[in-house]
Amino acid sequence: MTKLFKFLKPYTRWIILVLALTMVQAFSQLYLPDLMSEIVDKGVVGGDINFIIQTGLIMLAFSVVVSVATIIARLYGAKTGVAFARDLRRRIFVKVEGFSLHDFDQVGTSSLITRTTNDVTQVQNVMVMILTMMIFAPMMLIGGLIMALKTDIALSWIILVAAAVLGVVIGVVAGRGLPLFKSIQKKIDKVNLVLRESLTGIRVIRAFNKEKFEEARFEEANADLTGTSIKVFRIMSFMFPALMLIMNMTTVAIVWFGAHRIDSGAIQVGDMMAFQQYVMQIMFSIMMATMMFVMIPRASASAERILSVLNIENEVLEPKKPLEAKGSCGCVTFNNVSFSYKGAEKPVLKNISFEAKPGEITAIIGSTGSGKTSLVNLIPRFYDVSEGEVLVDGVDVREQGKEALRAKVGLVPQKISLFSGSIKENLQYGKSDATDAEVLSALKTAQASEFIDTLEDGINARVEQGGANFSGGQKQRLSIARALVRKPEIYIFDDSFSALDFKTDAKLRSALRKEIDHATVLIVAQRVSTVMNADRILVLDQGEIAGIGTHKELMKTCDVYKEIVASQLSEEELGDE
Amino acid sequence: MSDNNQKMKTPAMPRGGGPGGHAPLVTEKAKNFKGTLKRLIKDIGFQKYAVIFAVILTLGSTVFAIVGPKMLGNATTEIFAGMMGGMGINFSKILSILATVSILYLISAVMNYGQQLLMADVSQKIVYKMRTDVKAKLDRLPLKFFDRHSHGDILSRVTNDIDTISGTLQQSLTQIISAVATIIGVAVMMFSISWLMALITLLILPIAGVITQFVVKRSQKYFKSQQKELGLLNGHVEEMFGGHTVIQAYGKEKDAVETFDEVNERLYQVGWKAQFMGGIMMPLMNMVNNFAYVLVCVIGGVMAINGRISIGDVQAFIQYSRSFSQPIAQVAQIASVLQSTVAAAERVYEVMDEEEEAITAKDGVSLKEVKGGVVFDHISFGYNKDVTVIKQLKLDVKPGQVVAIVGPTGAGKTTLVNLLMRFYDVDSGQILLDGTNTLDVPRNDLRKNFGMVLQDTWLFNGSIRDNIAYGREGATEDDVVKAAQMAHADRFIRRLPQGYDTILNEEATNISQGQKQLLTIARALLADPKILILDEATSSVDTRTEAYIQQGMIALMEGRTNFVIAHRLSTIRNADTILVMNDGEVVEQGNHQQLMAKNGFYADLYNAQFLGEDLQEQGA
Repeated sequence: MTKLFKFLKPYTRWIILVLALTMVQAFSQLYLPDLMSEIVDKGVVGGDINFIIQTGLIMLAFSVVVSVATIIARLYGAKTGVAFARDLRRRIFVKVEGFSLHDFDQVGTSSLITRTTNDVTQVQNVMVMILTMMIFAPMMLIGGLIMALKTDIALSWIILVAAAVLGVVIGVVAGRGLPLFKSIQKKIDKVNLVLRESLTGIRVIRAFNKEKFEEARFEEANADLTGTSIKVFRIMSFMFPALMLIMNMTTVAIVWFGAHRIDSGAIQVGDMMAFQQYVMQIMFSIMMATMMFVMIPRASASAERILSVLNIENEVLEPKKPLEAKGSCGCVTFNNVSFSYKGAEKPVLKNISFEAKPGEITAIIGSTGSGKTSLVNLIPRFYDVSEGEVLVDGVDVREQGKEALRAKVGLVPQKISLFSGSIKENLQYGKSDATDAEVLSALKTAQASEFIDTLEDGINARVEQGGANFSGGQKQRLSIARALVRKPEIYIFDDSFSALDFKTDAKLRSALRKEIDHATVLIVAQRVSTVMNADRILVLDQGEIAGIGTHKELMKTCDVYKEIVASQLSEEELGDE
Repeated sequence: MSDNNQKMKTPAMPRGGGPGGHAPLVTEKAKNFKGTLKRLIKDIGFQKYAVIFAVILTLGSTVFAIVGPKMLGNATTEIFAGMMGGMGINFSKILSILATVSILYLISAVMNYGQQLLMADVSQKIVYKMRTDVKAKLDRLPLKFFDRHSHGDILSRVTNDIDTISGTLQQSLTQIISAVATIIGVAVMMFSISWLMALITLLILPIAGVITQFVVKRSQKYFKSQQKELGLLNGHVEEMFGGHTVIQAYGKEKDAVETFDEVNERLYQVGWKAQFMGGIMMPLMNMVNNFAYVLVCVIGGVMAINGRISIGDVQAFIQYSRSFSQPIAQVAQIASVLQSTVAAAERVYEVMDEEEEAITAKDGVSLKEVKGGVVFDHISFGYNKDVTVIKQLKLDVKPGQVVAIVGPTGAGKTTLVNLLMRFYDVDSGQILLDGTNTLDVPRNDLRKNFGMVLQDTWLFNGSIRDNIAYGREGATEDDVVKAAQMAHADRFIRRLPQGYDTILNEEATNISQGQKQLLTIARALLADPKILILDEATSSVDTRTEAYIQQGMIALMEGRTNFVIAHRLSTIRNADTILVMNDGEVVEQGNHQQLMAKNGFYADLYNAQFLGEDLQEQGA
């Protein structure tokens, strides 16, 4: 948590202001009992009404000072805390935007989202608390002690005893309670888990008549949670009554010993009254401080998570002096490329060499885990090769500026991403100044016109977050249209036709063939029917090229290819061809 | 918020009477406040004696504590009198006063402890019962309910909403009682000392109340805005991170950051105000306190000079006026606490009031030796009243036959599954199993005869063994292993470090998708049903596993009546009947030869697989 403090630097002035005001607040507040004791010891004893009223006015003035100081301190405390959070959030976001896909996989998308939102909020809350209450409590504690000692040192021993007892009680209760809190969280998670499973698997549960079984599982988790909760709350229930009792008994002690001190003339009645109030302040500060210490571990965990994200080093860096590509033919060359994820034992790709030229369709096929997606990800430099080189238009991709390189590529990734906004806006991702005509033309090629035409607002129709208001097939077509609008030199279709039925798939590929016959096209696919007519098929098996050639050639020479084909088509279909 | 409300909030430490209490930040309003409140009270009824006792303890604890300051004041007065009178302090009198006070405080603390213990127990028991009741209710609800409501929403009601209710019961209930009692008690004590000072001090009350309301209202506004902006930020972050590949591919990082900055800045502007307003209550109440303090000192001091009040009473008064503000703040928040709690209870009751699954077969017909013949006799069905998706379907399936269901994505193939399993019931016509109308068979009995292997491989957080054995009660270890072997799962299971004892973690990510499918096949094999419902779709599986899955499915299909959502041409071509679906309707029906001869939708679909490219060549 403290490691995050360095991000507070821009707000140093505000923080100093808060500290100063808090001091003013503390001391002014502590001065009030002092004034009160004067009223008693001088005003009442001396029968001096004027003095009382005068002192009263001074007290009023100090009260106002306290309030004004507190309010302004809180204002700047809030501003600092929230500004700190805003800056932190931005840092994380910018950092993540520069992440490679691997970095993403390491942390996990949903974890990254949580860190940017929830974790920052946790840290923010603690920061604001630190700036407002946590500075105040120790000041009151120290100030209270000073005032108490100033009033009567002998009596101040009571404070020590009281504080010790307080410490023991809090320590014991917290010591036994806090670990149980952790286990409660786990049990809550378990109840959640069982419930969630019974919701997602409801068909299976009912199909297998396992309702009773599930009921028993839930019952177990529920009873477990309840049992532990009762235990924890029983322990915690002790805390508050005990604390109140300690405070009250301390007051009693003060009166008793105070009486003796007054009797011996060391102090006066007003002093004793003021003393009581100082001690109350001290005890209260101790309690406040301990309660806050409970919140810090929670924020520490969040702080850790945030820092771990910020500390990730970006792998794919801009070249210092970017070179320009030699022309814009869209030629892709792989020379002895090998690739492993950072720290991985086994390489994902081994010794890949091939060339893809404009006007050609290069298909890549292979089973899951064979490295297909990783291969195409190397072209727009989502990752860097471990060995060998990837050339686009004759220049190593590592030498080219990322933006210029990616402008040459139209990628339709496996996982479809559409964003909230209009269809037109989504397609303009491909080309930010695309006209309506260009958009419509791309949609037509992508076989999306048939459903776009049924929408009331046409291309201005709204896309909900994640494209939730469209079916899988529709989303794929929109994704393809987006790449088409860009009119890049290189097209990469990563399993982009899987959600389409056979008919639409075929029509789409026909249309594409017509539209983009001048571009270099790479298709990654699972379906043999999609790749059968490619100019060149790359068969990947466990990261290595098992064969390159046309469908007919591979059927003769490549066993892996034959296996794949066989599992998808029956012999007769093959015979027909 | 972002965590999809699927995690319960960490339970707050009980701070009975601690600063602030349990007030929520943004108040939700209930739709039928009175009604729901009445119902909630009724439901708590089974613990009513405990609650009443706890209330008595709370009152007792408060009363005993209230007298304290007055008595301590008397001690101070004694001391003062002793000093002023010159005769010395009467220590024995002081001792007896202090002893009495100590005992009172002790009793108060014990009663308070007792009350907290009691309420902790009570609230947990109530929550336990509520969770059980809701879960039991969910078990009786038809599938329709689960298809219509998001899982997150349902979960939130069972966890978050019930948690809110528990928090209120545990803390807020007795807090309110003690707060009200304190206010009344303190007022009484103050009046008993000096009605003049009491009156003046009590004038502070309305001022405090007004300030509280003002602050609460303003802060509500900012908190709502903050929630909204947080939601927007969250959505943006989710989208940007989720679509990272596309953003990188199309070079949109700068744009993403720009939009982010906009929302982030707005969040800051509204956020610091919300934090500020949230924290302003204490200083304001403190200010009111201080003013009261000054007033008491001055007026009390003057009155003490005139002998109309003793010093000790002034001290007591100071303490009493100090202990006013917190109960007032707590009472002021009661409205919003109640609102939130009742709103939460309402959401829980909405589930409890849902229509349960109609039990159509009370004295059910039990099925004897099921052979597996299924007849669809002119069935019609629609999910909504206006849209019929299955119109007058007629089909006669003999035991051991294969019915292939084909059609484009989203064609409604699972509808037939839903009807067969009686997850939904037909609107007209009947489904006969070996001549018996399935509506006459209790759902449990009916389902014993079906096995399901779906594309969505659901496995639960338990051992692999338990997951496979899910299919049959009392399955032996041998049975499990045999089924695993038949499904080609045994080999990979044994390669795992804990073998059959491996616990599948949440979302079962410790085994691959293909392996999961093999397990579900093993599960179905073990269940050994007469009728099988199978979805052939296997996505993202490597060739070898794909082959195993195929073999497993073939083994599974043997000797049973099969309803297959088909993706493999071989399955389709060899099926006894093919049901062709489109847009949720059955458009064609027959075997492969018959349908090809028709040259309709099916023929189109079939030909498109291979002749797509030729279309281009012919057409161009």
